[in-house]
Amino acid sequence: MDKTYRLETEDLERLLQLLQGEGYETIGPTLGNGTIVYDKITTAKDLPKGWTDEEEPASYRISNNGGERMFGYTLAPQSWKRFLYPPLRELFSIRRNGKSFETLRTDSEEKKFAFIGVRPCELSAVLIQDKVFTAGEYRDDDYLSRRRNAFIVAVNCANAGANCFCLSMNTGPKAGEGFDIALTEVVNDGGHYFVAEAGTDKGATLLERTGGIAASERERGEAEEVVERTASQITKSLDTRGLQEILAENQESPHWDDVAKRCLTCGNCTMVCPTCFCAAVEDSTDLSGKTASRTRRWDSCFTLDFARVSGGNFRITPKSRYRQWLTHKLSSWVEQFGIFGCVGCGRCITWCPVGIDITAEVSAIKGERVKQEKGA
Amino acid sequence: MPTKSKSLKPKVAVFKFASCDGCQLSLLDAEDELLDVAGAIDIAFFPEASRRMLKGPYDIGIVEGSITTPHDVEHIREIRKSCAVLITIGACATAGGIQALRNWKDIKNYVHIVYASPEYISTLDRSLPVGSFVHVDFELRGCPINKYQLIEVINAFLNKRKPNIHAYSVCMDCKLKGNECVMVARGIPCLGPVTQSGCGAICPSFDRGCYGCFGPMESPNTQALAAQYKEVGESELDIKLAFRTFNAYADAFRKESEAHEH
Repeated sequence: MDKTYRLETEDLERLLQLLQGEGYETIGPTLGNGTIVYDKITTAKDLPKGWTDEEEPASYRISNNGGERMFGYTLAPQSWKRFLYPPLRELFSIRRNGKSFETLRTDSEEKKFAFIGVRPCELSAVLIQDKVFTAGEYRDDDYLSRRRNAFIVAVNCANAGANCFCLSMNTGPKAGEGFDIALTEVVNDGGHYFVAEAGTDKGATLLERTGGIAASERERGEAEEVVERTASQITKSLDTRGLQEILAENQESPHWDDVAKRCLTCGNCTMVCPTCFCAAVEDSTDLSGKTASRTRRWDSCFTLDFARVSGGNFRITPKSRYRQWLTHKLSSWVEQFGIFGCVGCGRCITWCPVGIDITAEVSAIKGERVKQEKGA
Repeated sequence: MPTKSKSLKPKVAVFKFASCDGCQLSLLDAEDELLDVAGAIDIAFFPEASRRMLKGPYDIGIVEGSITTPHDVEHIREIRKSCAVLITIGACATAGGIQALRNWKDIKNYVHIVYASPEYISTLDRSLPVGSFVHVDFELRGCPINKYQLIEVINAFLNKRKPNIHAYSVCMDCKLKGNECVMVARGIPCLGPVTQSGCGAICPSFDRGCYGCFGPMESPNTQALAAQYKEVGESELDIKLAFRTFNAYADAFRKESEAHEH
């Protein structure tokens, strides 16, 4: 399985056709309405050739540089979570039957996705959601079925965005585990090709059938250079040393008030986060009351209903809601799942309408602590 | 839930104050659901739809429009007494409507300019929401309201459950739909982050910023959004005008527009 292949750009088309031939719905990056989105693709021509994105806090702009790269952008606005854990899903319905009633479980849709272009940080996020939905006591069968059926083609990063901090979270820019196939796109004077690594037997078989030839040492080296160059472009960082404890000990830092002044409590950060998994369940009825159904919908810890319980709401203030989100990602998540809930993709920074930067907020909280210690 | 009328189906009345009628028309506009709705409730008083005008008491009163005259004040108090449950619908009834723009001016001047015989005009100095005068059991937002939300509120009442109407931001709906954020991706100013969901994020779905038709969301940080408006190139006047539309007199929007009035 440690065999690597050289694929020509035409081979990518063949890979897509083979996956489709096996009944996979191929989902990959494509040009959306002002962004690169993950959506259904049928051919390699759907890939955003030449397109790149510039990301800043609260800003995402795409442009075409006329280049050859098919995976030259950084990230789409939303992650693969949409496909594995859809935003809305009916769980069951109830039908009144005279004086009794019957419950009808809503079957999982049998979905067979092949994800093309999963970034290493996003792959880490999928592995985190695996822990949330499949490892513990409360298993999500719909997620499990979609996940088991999924085929993952990771693409190592050739371009780092200004909000990327995967190096700090140890999730990129090269995929380590969890993929069926990992590609590195090489564009240089010598041409345009992919170095492909198989992560599973299934991936290896497909690469054989795709017609790839064994990659030479030079080609493997060139692929390494691509990710090394990307790593060197990453400027944002998050110091994770002792972070879990620092955040747990600084629940009353004055900095939470500062960030609360800027936070819109709109929920965008949680919706675009590839690891956020919270959902609400809602009951509805038809007008006659003969049938009822229960639906699961993505929710956010920034909404007021999220913490509304009988007798009141335990997170009324925006400050308490922001603090809950950040400390969950970087502190209590570790207690819960043994890892951080952040993969360093930077989506929460890019898509926050006012550009609140989780890495800057963490630095500020640490700074306040140092200040207070000195003052004491 | 208290019931004031004796018929089996809940007796529903629809009333109108200062408004354009668009919200109450959404009930008639609910074509696919109208027969079901009509089968589930007894529409006892709805002058816009029927000449049948039964006297109260009513189980549900649906009120459109803002309160703008002394007569309105008396009338809404009578309506409150005759309705077990009072639901207000639309930006006029819940925030004073577009006509609340006059709240920043001296109404006497307008009356003299507009009417030939101003002495016949009896008006309040401000256009105010119904909730300023009587207790309201449920406020349904929007300019106009979303007809599916109105049916949901009626449906929830009939089935004695909580209506699935969310007070969170329009952003939540955009993200659920998979919309690409117009402000972040295009620099288009958008009130979505401070506006209550319910319209289905119509404008951002068509590359426009949100106009705030559904009024302030549950915890609107208008000040932080206004600061971002400046970042994307909006002037003080732009910001003032953005907050001063259909829901101009809703508290959070009113304060923000006033903060940009120089």
